[in-house]
Amino acid sequence: MFLTTETFKENAVEALGNEQLQRAMHNVEAGFIGKRKAAADRLPEFDQLRANARDIKNHTLAHLDLYLEAYEANLTAAGGLLHFARNSEEARSVVLDICKRVNARTVTKGKSMISEEINLNEALSAAGVDPIETDLGEYIIQLRGEHPSHIIAPAVHVLKEQVEADFRRVHTHLAPERNLDEPESLLGEARAVLRDKFLKSDIGVTGANFLIAETGTSIIVTNEGNGDLTQTLPRIHIVIASIEKLVPTLDDVSQILRVLARSATGQDFSVYTTLSTGPRRPGDPDGPEEYHVILLDNGRSSMLGSEFQDMLRCIRCGACMNHCPVYHAVGGHAYGSVYPGPMGAVLTPSLFGVDKAGHLPNASTFCGRCESVCPMMIPLPKMMRHWREREFERNLSPATFRAGLSVWAFFATRPWLYHLATRIGMLVLGFAGKARGRFSWLPLAGGWTKYRDLPAPAGATFQAAWAKRPRT
Amino acid sequence: MSAAKHPRVALFVTCLVDMFRPSVGFAAVKLLEEAGCVVDVPAGQTCCGQPAFNSGDRATARAIATRILDTFEAYDYVVAPSGSCGGMLKSHVPELFADDPMQAARANAFAAKTFELVSFLTDVRGMREVNASLAATATYHDSCSGLRELGIKRQPRALLKSVTGLSLTEMGDSEVCCGFGGTFCVKYSDISNKIVGKKAEDIAATGADLLLAGDMGCLMNMAGKLQREGYGERIKVRHVAEVLAGMTDGPPIGEADHGAEN
Repeated sequence: MFLTTETFKENAVEALGNEQLQRAMHNVEAGFIGKRKAAADRLPEFDQLRANARDIKNHTLAHLDLYLEAYEANLTAAGGLLHFARNSEEARSVVLDICKRVNARTVTKGKSMISEEINLNEALSAAGVDPIETDLGEYIIQLRGEHPSHIIAPAVHVLKEQVEADFRRVHTHLAPERNLDEPESLLGEARAVLRDKFLKSDIGVTGANFLIAETGTSIIVTNEGNGDLTQTLPRIHIVIASIEKLVPTLDDVSQILRVLARSATGQDFSVYTTLSTGPRRPGDPDGPEEYHVILLDNGRSSMLGSEFQDMLRCIRCGACMNHCPVYHAVGGHAYGSVYPGPMGAVLTPSLFGVDKAGHLPNASTFCGRCESVCPMMIPLPKMMRHWREREFERNLSPATFRAGLSVWAFFATRPWLYHLATRIGMLVLGFAGKARGRFSWLPLAGGWTKYRDLPAPAGATFQAAWAKRPRT
Repeated sequence: MSAAKHPRVALFVTCLVDMFRPSVGFAAVKLLEEAGCVVDVPAGQTCCGQPAFNSGDRATARAIATRILDTFEAYDYVVAPSGSCGGMLKSHVPELFADDPMQAARANAFAAKTFELVSFLTDVRGMREVNASLAATATYHDSCSGLRELGIKRQPRALLKSVTGLSLTEMGDSEVCCGFGGTFCVKYSDISNKIVGKKAEDIAATGADLLLAGDMGCLMNMAGKLQREGYGERIKVRHVAEVLAGMTDGPPIGEADHGAEN
C-alpha cells in the first residue's frame, strides 16, 4: 500500500492550496451530513440499534477464536475454501497462485479496501493479470492512476468535469461528440464499457462487509450492482476480508445493516445486499465454480485485548470522515494511508506503526463529532489520545514540544510558582498589548499569529485581581 | 446557611480566563452568587491538565489531577467557565484514575460535583433568567467539548433570551469545530486556519454584531481570525458569562481598553 503518512503536514499544505480539491470537499459536507441526519431522525430506535450493533461486535471480538472456527467449519461445509493470511504478502500470493493455476488474464473487482491495503492491483499487473475495477468510483480512480480518498466514495475528491475528461481520454472508441454533461450519462458509459469486461473476466474479487459464522456466508452491500456481476459471472470468486468482519448470526447482521447505510449515505438500506455461501451447487442457475475466502490479519489480532480493540468494531461506513473538519479541510489523500479521517487515524498506526503514522492521531482537534455519529459507538478521540500516549512513551513526539510541555508541567504542578510566573508574564504581555488590545505578531507564537491576531491579556491575572478585590 | 440553599462553590478559573480574561472570572462569581452560591477561589489551582492529557503525557496529567482532587475536596460544587476544562474535569479526570482503586472513588465523586458554569446555573441551580441588558444581535458558537461531552446547547440560549435588548441569530454549522483544538492550532496551523476561516465566514454571514461562546480557547481563536480578516470593527467577541452577568463595560476580546467601547 502507498504510505505517505510521514509527510502529512506537507500533504495537507498542498491539499489546502488545491482549488479543485477544495471544491470537491465542499461536496462531501453538502452531500453526506444532512442525509445521514435525516435517515437517523426518521428511525426512532436508531440509537438503540447503534448500542445493539456495538454489543454484537464486542461479543464477537471477545470470542473471535470460536467464531472464526465456526465460520471456517460452515464455509467448508458449503464447499468454500478458506485461506488465512497473516500479512499482505501472504494474501497477495494466495490470489496470484489461483490466477496462475487457472491461467487467468483478467480479474474483475468489486470495491474492496482490503484490496487497497494489500496492494493487490499492483501485484496482479506485475504478474501479467489485468485488474479491472467495476465500482464506478474505483473505476474512475483506476483510470486516473490514483488511490481512493474515501472508504466508501473513493473518487469523492474528483469533480464531475474531471471524470468527463478522463472518460474522453480513455474511451477513445466512443463518439467524441457524445454528451457527458450529466452524472447519469457518465454512469451509463461506465456501465457499457464494463459490461464487456464482466463477460470476459476469469476471476471475480470482492471484499466483504460481513462474514457470518453460523452459515459461512459473506455479505457485500453495494449501490451499483457491480458486485453481483463481479462475483457471479466468472468461474472463480475470491473474497478478501479482514478478520474483524465476522458477525455470529444472520439476525445479528440484520441489526448492523440497519445502521450501516443510514450512517454511510443516509439510505435506509443499500440498493444491493448480496449474500454468498460457497460455490454454485448442483441445480443452481448461476454462481462460481470455486469460492475462496482470504482472511487477512495484518496486525489486527495484536489490537485484540489492547486499548485499540474497540476499533475492530468499525464497519467502514465513512461517517467519521464525512463529519470531520480536518478531513473536510485536506481531503483523504493528505492522510497518506488507505484509511483516512478519524477511523484511519486510529487504524493506520495499528497496521503500519505509530512511528510512521504519528501525525494522523495528532492531527485532530478532538471535536468529537466522529464519535457522535459513529454507528458502532467507537471512542475515536480517546483512541487517538492513546496513540499520542504510545508516542510520548517512546519519545517519538518532537523534542521542542516535549521540552515546552515539561517546562509547563513544572509550573502547573507548583501553584505558587505558577501564579508568580503567570502574574509577571501577563503584566509584561498586557503592557505590550495595551494600545491595540491584540498582537499581530509575537515571538514564539508564530503558529498562532501567522493566520490570526492574538488577543492581549488584561494585565493582571484573575488570581491577582481576586486577591486584591474589595471585601464586603 | 444550608448547603442546599447556599452551596459552597469553588470556581475553577481555568488558565485562559486567569491569564487573558479575568473579567470572565468575575462574571462567573457574580452569576454564581446571584444563584445563591457562596463562592471561593482556591489558590492552589493552576490548570485542568488538558495540555498534558491530550499530548499523551498521562503521568503529568495525573499529577495535576491529583492536586485538583486535593484542592477541591472540601467544596459542594466545582464550577468552571469552560466546557473544555469542564469536560476534562468531569469526564477525563475519572478516566485517569480508572485503574487506581484508591483514587477512583475520589475522582468519581469530584466529577459528580463538577459542572460547566452556564449548565450549572440552569440545570443545578434552576436559573431561568438573568438580570442583564445589552443592545446587540448575538450569534452563539457551540464549543465542541461543552456540546458533545457535557450536552451544553439549549442552556446558554435559554439564559441569553432573558437578556434585555439582546437578540439571538443562529449561524450555519454552529456545532462545527472552530479549529482551535488546544495545541492543534499551532501544531497544524494551516489546517486550523482553514477551519477557523470557514467559521469566521459563517459568523459574518449572520449579520450579528456579537459573537458569544463559553470557552476562551475557541473565543480567542475566532476573535483573532475575525480581526485578522477585517471583521473586527463589525463583530465584537465576548464570553457568554460576561453578557449574562451584565458585565460588558470592559473591552471585547482582543480590543484595547478605550474606556467606553460598548
